[in-house]
Amino acid sequence: MSASSASVRFIEEPKIGFLERMYIPAIMEGLSITVGHIFKPQVKTEQYPEQEPELPPNYRGVHRLNRDTNDRVKCVACYMCATACPAHCIDIVAAPAPAEWKDREKYPETFVIDELRCIYCGMCEEACPVDAIELTTLYDLTGLSREQMIFDKEKLLSVFDQTTKPDPHRGNKITDPVRTRSGLLGPAAELPTVK
Amino acid sequence: MGMLEGRWEEGFVTTTLEQAVNWARQGSLWPMTFGLACCAIEMMATGAGRYDLDRFGAGAFRATPRQADLMIVAGTVNFKMADRVRRLYDQMPEPKFVIAMGACTCGGGPYFKYGYNVVKGVDLVVPVDVYVPGCPPRPEALLEGLMRIQDKVGAMKDYTKGQPLNLPIPKRSGAVKLPTELESPEKSLEFLTQNKEHAKPAKA
Repeated sequence: MSASSASVRFIEEPKIGFLERMYIPAIMEGLSITVGHIFKPQVKTEQYPEQEPELPPNYRGVHRLNRDTNDRVKCVACYMCATACPAHCIDIVAAPAPAEWKDREKYPETFVIDELRCIYCGMCEEACPVDAIELTTLYDLTGLSREQMIFDKEKLLSVFDQTTKPDPHRGNKITDPVRTRSGLLGPAAELPTVK
Repeated sequence: MGMLEGRWEEGFVTTTLEQAVNWARQGSLWPMTFGLACCAIEMMATGAGRYDLDRFGAGAFRATPRQADLMIVAGTVNFKMADRVRRLYDQMPEPKFVIAMGACTCGGGPYFKYGYNVVKGVDLVVPVDVYVPGCPPRPEALLEGLMRIQDKVGAMKDYTKGQPLNLPIPKRSGAVKLPTELESPEKSLEFLTQNKEHAKPAKA
């Protein structure tokens, strides 16, 4: 529907005086903002390699695969993380669990995350029913080749070992303690009931 | 400098030409202004006061490839941009370095599967020296990548007959090439018909 002339309200352009036409008040206003910034608190440069940034504990950095209390990989190869991943960067090959692992049917034979393709959204962590995959606060990952940046199961487990021990490079504190259900498996590990 | 080191009084520095040149190059890596998408915002943040790329001598963003040593490919590279990326890379003077910044640049990121117009990793177009993953990476991660480039520059051997530096140039670098089954229209038609046959449901 187009606007009828009755619904349009015409307004007069405000009259500008001589001073306004010289643009001096506008320039002064702009300059006052510029000068005001001199007296504001200054940005402090972070001296990065020497000074680490303070990150929140839920920062989403490099992944890790958690171990349970018996040092086995906690993952039960349910493919929930690979399904939830928007970048399709998780590749799991499941295998029947060894006979002595009574608490699960499957375990991941290989578990590969392409860290280059990952967008660090944390959806894998949310999707995981057994809290096996977690994102750590390691934030400065770089790599010299593509092959370096494809993390397999051993590498992801070694990230777990590194982040749950006191880290000498980061002030001897445990940077990423296991956040949830330590050592226990969740619903995906429960065996199906036979009727 | 093994033999001459420490033979003079304080105040003398002995070095090789190579080391001196590399030292100078390390401290003045001029990046090219090359923001393609959202990672560019983080690249600008790295250049700004809080993270201050100038501390590493790399704050002089050049608007022309002819004055740049480093190309920080920050953002999604689509097919239309890919040959421009290659051309700009070719216009840079030697020695030149490339940082792939962000998930899209490194390997397609979230566009890997359904992004019909996105290059699945800029190393298909130009040889990448350092990969900085993240979406986007933190400024610290980009600084880390820059320091790895500096390490690489420091190890260059241009003037003496040293061991040639083993640069990890990816195997897939070079121009974008189609896979063999898609290289000609006839072949690709055949391939697509085969695919269609293959994808037919077993039961009608």
